[in-house]
Amino acid sequence: MNIHEYQAKAVLKSYGAPVADGVPVLTLDDIDNALETLPGPLWVVKSQIHAGGRGKGKFVESDAGEKGGVRLAFSKEEVRSHAEAMLGHHLVTAQTSADGKQVNRLYIEDGADIERELYLSMLVDRASGQIAFVASTEGGMDIEEVAHSTPEKILTLPVSGGVDVEAAGKLCDALKLEGVAREDGMELFPTLYKAFTEKDMSMLEINPLIVMDDGHLRVLDAKVSFDGNAVFRHPDIMELRDTTEEDEKEIEASEWDLAYIALDGTIGCMVNGAGLAMATMDIIKLYGEEPANFCDVGGGADAAKVAAAFKIIMKDPNVKGILVNIFGGIMKCDVIAEGVIQAVKETNLSVPLVVRLEGTNVEQGKSIIANSGLNVIPADDLDDAAQKIVAAVKGA
Amino acid sequence: MSILIDEKTKVVVQGLTGKTGSFHTNQALEYYGTKMVAGTHPKKAGTNWTADNGMQLPIFADAAEARSATGADASVIYVPPAGAAAAIEEAIDAGYPLIVCITEGVPVLDMVRVKAKLDKSSSRLIGPNCPGVLTPEACKIGIMPGKIFKKGSVGVVSRSGTLTYEAVFQTSAVGLGQTTAVGIGGDPVKGTEFIDMLEMLLADDATEQIIMIGEIGGSAEEEAAQFLMDEAKKGRSKPMVGFIAGRTAPKGRTMGHAGAIVSGGQGDAESKIAAMEAAGIRVSPSPARLGTTMIELLKS
Repeated sequence: MNIHEYQAKAVLKSYGAPVADGVPVLTLDDIDNALETLPGPLWVVKSQIHAGGRGKGKFVESDAGEKGGVRLAFSKEEVRSHAEAMLGHHLVTAQTSADGKQVNRLYIEDGADIERELYLSMLVDRASGQIAFVASTEGGMDIEEVAHSTPEKILTLPVSGGVDVEAAGKLCDALKLEGVAREDGMELFPTLYKAFTEKDMSMLEINPLIVMDDGHLRVLDAKVSFDGNAVFRHPDIMELRDTTEEDEKEIEASEWDLAYIALDGTIGCMVNGAGLAMATMDIIKLYGEEPANFCDVGGGADAAKVAAAFKIIMKDPNVKGILVNIFGGIMKCDVIAEGVIQAVKETNLSVPLVVRLEGTNVEQGKSIIANSGLNVIPADDLDDAAQKIVAAVKGA
Repeated sequence: MSILIDEKTKVVVQGLTGKTGSFHTNQALEYYGTKMVAGTHPKKAGTNWTADNGMQLPIFADAAEARSATGADASVIYVPPAGAAAAIEEAIDAGYPLIVCITEGVPVLDMVRVKAKLDKSSSRLIGPNCPGVLTPEACKIGIMPGKIFKKGSVGVVSRSGTLTYEAVFQTSAVGLGQTTAVGIGGDPVKGTEFIDMLEMLLADDATEQIIMIGEIGGSAEEEAAQFLMDEAKKGRSKPMVGFIAGRTAPKGRTMGHAGAIVSGGQGDAESKIAAMEAAGIRVSPSPARLGTTMIELLKS
């Protein structure tokens, strides 16, 4: 689960991390209040959307001006004019679609005098099964580019059970921190570790972490993702979710505990298991069509959940055919079959549907489909299923 | 022969009394009489669980009591996500040589904690978020559909549950059958990675061929490929077919921005396929042709 920058900073600030003063703004009426608490003389007006590359982004609307989604202001009037230019308009960045994302929230923050920009992130390192810090002196840049061109400038440091003095020292060295910045660093790294573990973060990225003119460190930008499997024990984090940032179909899917990702193709897929769901997308492509979505109904689906998944897939206007591919282990094929039949009836399905069932209770499942009287194309195996749905979509 | 489990393996079920645990324990008992010996439940100790076939399994308060009373070698966990890590830790403390955690959705930081404990123990954990382990006509631990298996010569190891079934189904269909199939699980932090399973399959005399199924994310497939190359230099190798799921997956949707750095450009399907091919694995472009690709490989 992702949250906005200003929310991430509030979480980090609550743990004592050095974050600038700032006020989130949802309407232009909020600006006067925001400016009362932020004396200036320098402000930063930042678009709050769940996508990176905001500074280098560009607004779709011409009246938003040529500048990007993060703007410096040297007067209160300038804060206001930037806010008017950005709020409600659509920002296109390297991580959004060409239509961009509507900016519904701004964050007005105290400006800082930057001496150096650094990169710092935390994540769960799969290889070691430990939490790891990633640190680099090359802040403010695309870190993947740094990893590619100058990997020696990146330190990946797995930490086990906490950040001790030795580990904090290594991070300070990697970031070339001296004097008060080093003192700040020795305090900051354990603080971030505490926040990361207590709030079940899956990723924390500070890019850039800055050394200011006065030598102190400050978190200038912050991106935080939480482990979706753990938010159940963090109601405070759950409240930070901004559903306007998510695909409508994906929100509905999450309410049914379905893993659904909207894609650009024409063949809707409903599959059990993430691996098989990806493989089903791959085989559709192999036979010359594109998948319209990734959809894993998971292990414990019942008929109602299957029907819900079906309806969500059908909401995508690009869907010209549906492939249901179930290999039942936990899932029972008869349960899937009942859900599919129920959904076909309720949605008055008008596109070709291929169903491939295998595994637990497969005979019952197949007979439910066969005896339904509905126009469902049965398939014997995954190859057969993929060829049949591709042929049906191309023939339509 | 087989790896991890055989007809003598005695299995305790943590979470037996729940709906999922009950269903799959019945299935396991039906599968060549897998030796399911007991269940655990903190509040139902002293009672019995009755299987569909009338068999009664005693319920113990915890994994340690169940093990000392039955001499079980393995525990399978069907506990819901919030309590799954604690159940694994309980099994580690009880000294089970093999722990199989089926549960999907275990918080990743819980697994970081479990992994640290596991590394200091002698237990092997398979999973979580996995379908389990099955040795045909001998023992079924987990949720794999027993019907699709056939005793034979292929060892299967996979990160994906349902793709494990594909590999099993297809190797049965072409007449090869399996020695043991292991689903190591789809979570980023898990008990067992490919290398350990490949080592066991290479060492197992009955296993003549291996199917390895990976997916995007992380670098476990690349590490496994390196391991296989090193072993081949020592003269240890078996015919292998592979598959990587996620060639068409959109970049950046499931992998966080920072996650891509650690693997240093690794993690996408193409680099995994290249690494596996370099290690001599015949990588099938289609998930539906795992069995036929193995037959082609054996004929060539």
